[in-house]
Amino acid sequence: MPLKSKDLLTIGQLSVNEINLILDTAESMKEISTRDIKKVPTLRGKTIINLFYEPSTRTRTSFEIAGKRLSADVVNISTSTSSVVKGEVLKDTGKNLQAMNPDLVVIRHAAAGAPQMLARLLPAAIINAGDGAHEHPTQALLDIFTMRERKGTIAGLNVSIIGDIAHSRVARSNITALKKMGASVTVYGPLTMIPPGIERMGVTLASSMEEAIAGMDVIMMLRIQMERQGTFLFPSLREYASFFGLNADRLAGATADVLIMHPGPVNRGVEISPEVADGPYALILDQVTNGVAVRMALLYLLIS
Amino acid sequence: MLLIKNGRIIDPAAGMDGEGDIVIDQGMILEVRPGGIKKEHAGRATDTIDARGKIVVPGLIDMHVHLREPGHEYKETIRTGCRAAASGGFTALACMPNTNPVNDNQSVTEYILDRARREGCVTVFAVGAITQGLRGEALAEMGELRAAGAVAVSDDGRTVRNAELMRRGMEYARTFHLPVICHCEDSDMTAGAVMSEGYMSTQLGLKGMPNAAEDIIVAREIALAELTGCPVHIAHVSTAGAVRIIRDAKSRGVKVTAETAPHYFTLTEDAVSSFDTSMKVHPPLRSARDVEAVKEGLREGVIDVIATDHAPHSSLEKDVEFDHASFGMVGLETALPLSLRLVAEGRVSLPALVAAMTAHPAKILGIPKGTLSPGREADITIIDLSMKKRIDVNTFHSKSKNSPFHGWEVEGGALYTIVTGKVIKDSSGLLV
Repeated sequence: MPLKSKDLLTIGQLSVNEINLILDTAESMKEISTRDIKKVPTLRGKTIINLFYEPSTRTRTSFEIAGKRLSADVVNISTSTSSVVKGEVLKDTGKNLQAMNPDLVVIRHAAAGAPQMLARLLPAAIINAGDGAHEHPTQALLDIFTMRERKGTIAGLNVSIIGDIAHSRVARSNITALKKMGASVTVYGPLTMIPPGIERMGVTLASSMEEAIAGMDVIMMLRIQMERQGTFLFPSLREYASFFGLNADRLAGATADVLIMHPGPVNRGVEISPEVADGPYALILDQVTNGVAVRMALLYLLIS
Repeated sequence: MLLIKNGRIIDPAAGMDGEGDIVIDQGMILEVRPGGIKKEHAGRATDTIDARGKIVVPGLIDMHVHLREPGHEYKETIRTGCRAAASGGFTALACMPNTNPVNDNQSVTEYILDRARREGCVTVFAVGAITQGLRGEALAEMGELRAAGAVAVSDDGRTVRNAELMRRGMEYARTFHLPVICHCEDSDMTAGAVMSEGYMSTQLGLKGMPNAAEDIIVAREIALAELTGCPVHIAHVSTAGAVRIIRDAKSRGVKVTAETAPHYFTLTEDAVSSFDTSMKVHPPLRSARDVEAVKEGLREGVIDVIATDHAPHSSLEKDVEFDHASFGMVGLETALPLSLRLVAEGRVSLPALVAAMTAHPAKILGIPKGTLSPGREADITIIDLSMKKRIDVNTFHSKSKNSPFHGWEVEGGALYTIVTGKVIKDSSGLLV
């Protein structure tokens, strides 16, 4: 097995060599998606189940397309149409799926640690497609793949992550991945959204938006959850946009070749203004394209 | 007549620590004699336990247990909880009122105590509720609870959110000479949280409870104790801040006592890193700094009592996602060996540890237990400090297996448990 573990649950479990192997493999996979016939027989006869307990467009579709382009049989389960609505617990759902002998299960779940639970229970390979505010390892891998594609290497890059760090699995996985690969990471957001001890993850906490932008090679904007507006975390979307949003004015303080990333879905006009989201620095759609390649690489490395 | 001879007798309430013999007759302690008893008594003994090299102490008392009956008998019953207690060396326990129905009235107290007399192999004391249904809205009938046999009141599992109601609860409890046991947690600050807040919760993406949520209410309860003059007992202390606040209150003469549980001086929040739901407990496992402060609090006597907060849960509550799992761990069958680690580390003297599990809880609850004085009921635990074992949840007498200590190698434990003169556990196991 080219990867040490049967599962991909966290970025922390991967060595630098494993990450490089995944990125290199993704590079060769990316070409497949540009062909007229976008399919290779690599995973013919393999069964992949997408088990999504949370709504998702991008990630679920990305995994489905990745599996299909490798000729695997892909089954999608969303909880609104499954036995989960009848009260079936994760343990039983997992065991029942295992009884149908899948090779790999992709799980997204609102509870941190749910993929770990499934991985202990099932002999099938498990990929964590996002668990609560814990990890989203495939997102981090596609993000650093995108950075590497543009910048050549991750080591030495200055990367800023801005927004609701506390509730973001994307931030956690990216911080771990970027630190592992030798980048410097800065985070910024209202202090209600900065989790305690974040500096111990090896990041710098910026003290202003200007500081979080100046000199950065990459700025990653996080999606703000609209429903948190007017709660204890921030007073209004208007105020959030004006103090923590990325717009053209603010971007003037950035380096000339800065890259703007966002894991999606974007709240236009809130954390990122439309002209920045659609502007020349933004890699938001490249991230989506690369997501398919990175997930093809992972499926290939885990079950071929 | 039972003779326990040659043991090292530690009876903190009587200020005794030395070799000697104990004679038990008709379920009562007849004589405790340092250096050995007179021949004529020894000759009359029908049974003899040679406790040479062992520690003979008053029967251990656990003042914080959830027996789950009535209402959650699939997790534990009065019978199985008492068996777990006996197996762990406890001869008496106090059970918390968060049953279903809640023990907020005399009928439930009477039910529990009656059931315990018929089916329990150790002595059960009942803790009644402070507020009706533990809802924090109106006082429970504490006078009748007292009359039915309750020894304290508590809304354990919850803080009485309204400070005015808590103040009146303390005044009303004091009217009936009932100590108030406080679960200290600002529930607004801990809503939705599942572990301690800190670097580990940040790494795991789990919602954390800050130490301040405990400290704030500890400070509030102490202020209310000063206002009302009611004796207040702080349950399951887990933070350095709580230890500091209690230390300060005690130095000012406030009538406050405190307990902690073995997991708070044995495990840190790092244990949660694998999302193991047996590590999910309320209050949560804290940082290494807090563990150190709790140990120091025990050493100084700022924390008076070691209690288990034995909280049985079945796989239905624990074999689920961490966010969805219930809080709590069983403790009756692991508390003594885990506590003895403090003695082995040189943190707490053996007599101080014994006091924290016998004389102190007895005094706080006002129950005639926790000492070996002649004329008292003969509740005795004999401890073997060198007994080695591997903790195995499958051997537990508790119905529930939710222990974080499964597989741990421990040293020291209860060799004999004797309740009112009757040996209910010996080296072969439970005899009841």
